[in-house]
Amino acid sequence: MNLPPLPLAEGIVALLLLFSGGVVLVAALGLARLRDFFLRMHAPALASTLAAWAVTLASVLHFSSRGEGLALHVWLIIIVLSITAPVTTLVLARAALFRRRQAGEVLPPPLLGHRATPPPSSAPSPTSGRGLG
Amino acid sequence: MSPWLSWAITATLVLYFGAMGVAAWRLFRGPAAQDRVLALDFIYVVGMLAMLVLAIRYDSEMYFEGALLMALFGFVSSMALAKFLLRGEVIE
Repeated sequence: MNLPPLPLAEGIVALLLLFSGGVVLVAALGLARLRDFFLRMHAPALASTLAAWAVTLASVLHFSSRGEGLALHVWLIIIVLSITAPVTTLVLARAALFRRRQAGEVLPPPLLGHRATPPPSSAPSPTSGRGLG
Repeated sequence: MSPWLSWAITATLVLYFGAMGVAAWRLFRGPAAQDRVLALDFIYVVGMLAMLVLAIRYDSEMYFEGALLMALFGFVSSMALAKFLLRGEVIE
């Protein structure tokens, strides 16, 4: 059987899609405008969580409103993203920490409001970013 | 498909490609290599979302497999690049 598409479902799908477009644009602007890598690292998480959830809900709603039963397979995208996105971010953060420590920076930076003090006698060892597993 | 859902899909795709353009700016300019890897990973995710939106646009579920493959290959390539930045080699 083929039900005609529900106008309410289409409205919700359209709203969810526009919302995800706005969220992705905000994430891209954060990627471009934030001033440090460790700040920029947080911006793409917006796209892989909030926008991906909105698009997935829109897709499930759209393919379920055709009268052929629930279409839940798009949830696989959410499952894959929620497994892979933190791993990528973590490994990339460790790579950035390792590379910038090898370049001679003192990371993590001192807390706000404290004077930047020289590091204690032992300089941060260049291999301390290597502890991945 | 009502015309305003079609309009919303077009607007969403325009927003996505604007975001991809901004990320491509970061990809080409990025001061360090890890910025470029981050921007590439972001472009992968946005391309995958665009694939899902096209699935709604053309009312076809064939795009879903493509989106899943893009998610997986984006993860593998970002992981390989990050491991390369971390160790200097991909497979130990």
